[in-house]
Amino acid sequence: MVAKRIIPCLDVKDGQVVKGINFEGLREVGDAVEMGAAYSAQGADELVYLDISATQEGRRTFVELVGRIAARINIPFTVGGGISSLEDAARLLDAGADKISINSAAIADPELIGRIAGKYGNQFVVVAIDAKQVDGRWMATTHGGKRLTDRELFSWAKEAEDRGAGEILFTSMDHDGTRNGYPCEVYARLCSELSIPVIASGGAGSSQDIADVLTRGKADAALAASIFHYGEISIPELKRELADQGICVRLV
Amino acid sequence: MTAIIDYDAGNIRSVCNALDRLGAEYSLTADPQVILKADRVILPGVGNAARAMESLREKGLCGLIRSLRKPVLGICVGMQIMCLDSEEDGAECLGIFDTHVRRFGAMKDAKVPHMGWNSIGNTESKLLKSLPKGSSVYFVHSYYPELCTDTVATCRHGDKLFSAALKYENFYGTQFHPEKSGGCGETILRNFLSL
Repeated sequence: MVAKRIIPCLDVKDGQVVKGINFEGLREVGDAVEMGAAYSAQGADELVYLDISATQEGRRTFVELVGRIAARINIPFTVGGGISSLEDAARLLDAGADKISINSAAIADPELIGRIAGKYGNQFVVVAIDAKQVDGRWMATTHGGKRLTDRELFSWAKEAEDRGAGEILFTSMDHDGTRNGYPCEVYARLCSELSIPVIASGGAGSSQDIADVLTRGKADAALAASIFHYGEISIPELKRELADQGICVRLV
Repeated sequence: MTAIIDYDAGNIRSVCNALDRLGAEYSLTADPQVILKADRVILPGVGNAARAMESLREKGLCGLIRSLRKPVLGICVGMQIMCLDSEEDGAECLGIFDTHVRRFGAMKDAKVPHMGWNSIGNTESKLLKSLPKGSSVYFVHSYYPELCTDTVATCRHGDKLFSAALKYENFYGTQFHPEKSGGCGETILRNFLSL
């Protein structure tokens, strides 16, 4: 049976890991390669690195960083942030990324999903969706939640799957950074409507929140940042608690 | 020295990185002379089995690989093309392992591709020695080699039990990615490097 995955997410700016609270008030918390290696040693199943640099210089630094991560880390890792073309994706693949995640660019140009998947395989393409509830409907947003789109979460996720996405990474902007748990019923519906894996992101405040989204929410993986970065939950402890609840996880 | 066969079969950089981490000497090559001189050979592969076979044929390496008597390790699609054939675009393969590669059908409670960490069982091979019981390794695939007499490790995805690792004489293969399988993967690669 495939284990449910625990994925620490590292937001990177100029080679350093930072974590925003609702995407604002960035704080530096450590070296990106060293933190990834430490999480890997603790039993993280995958890593996600998101480039939040806004400059050309920052982007170049990130590609170099991806090369250093690939040289050091012996588990799969996904990179995202600022990927808007097949060429961007190719550069990151060549640097050693196992998967790329696209968000705003996929909404602006949905065919991009198929172009990247067609060249490098579905498993290489993660489509990230940041959505929030507007008048009772879950709507996708872009630019860190600042811009509302006319894409509805469930139909957009299905379209992304049909276009070749290998996984969906869904973040509820209403829950991200709150530490009040994930919207499990939304995840459960998303998972039942899709045949590709769904990664839950944003909102974890405790081990129980993660257990809930992996069971009631039916998610295949849980991604979190601050609860791991600030040492509130250690990955070995989390995995033991999940295993105690009968959830299939990889214990190292 | 280990020859890693360079035949345009997707991202093989991660295999090179893994050998770098283990301090192993290797050459990324499609040159028959270099492959013949190497102590052992790795046939990596990501993507489509039919295309990988085509690329191997274009480089004239099929007969050479079959004739090798040194340790050879096929990884993922590299292993699949060492089987008899694959359902992926009807690929005729190298015929080293006596088994067929099938596509996972739709299953209840199991997604395709089979992606993520899964435990392997019945591990009985020098390649897999000193792995703790119930070890998990990293898989990404939609096609799998059926069980056969060459099977040295099994894995279950949904209702399907398939070959996670194969061995025939000096030929080894893993459906999973040892280069992405953390400490267990490093053990397996170290085992291969000391064959």
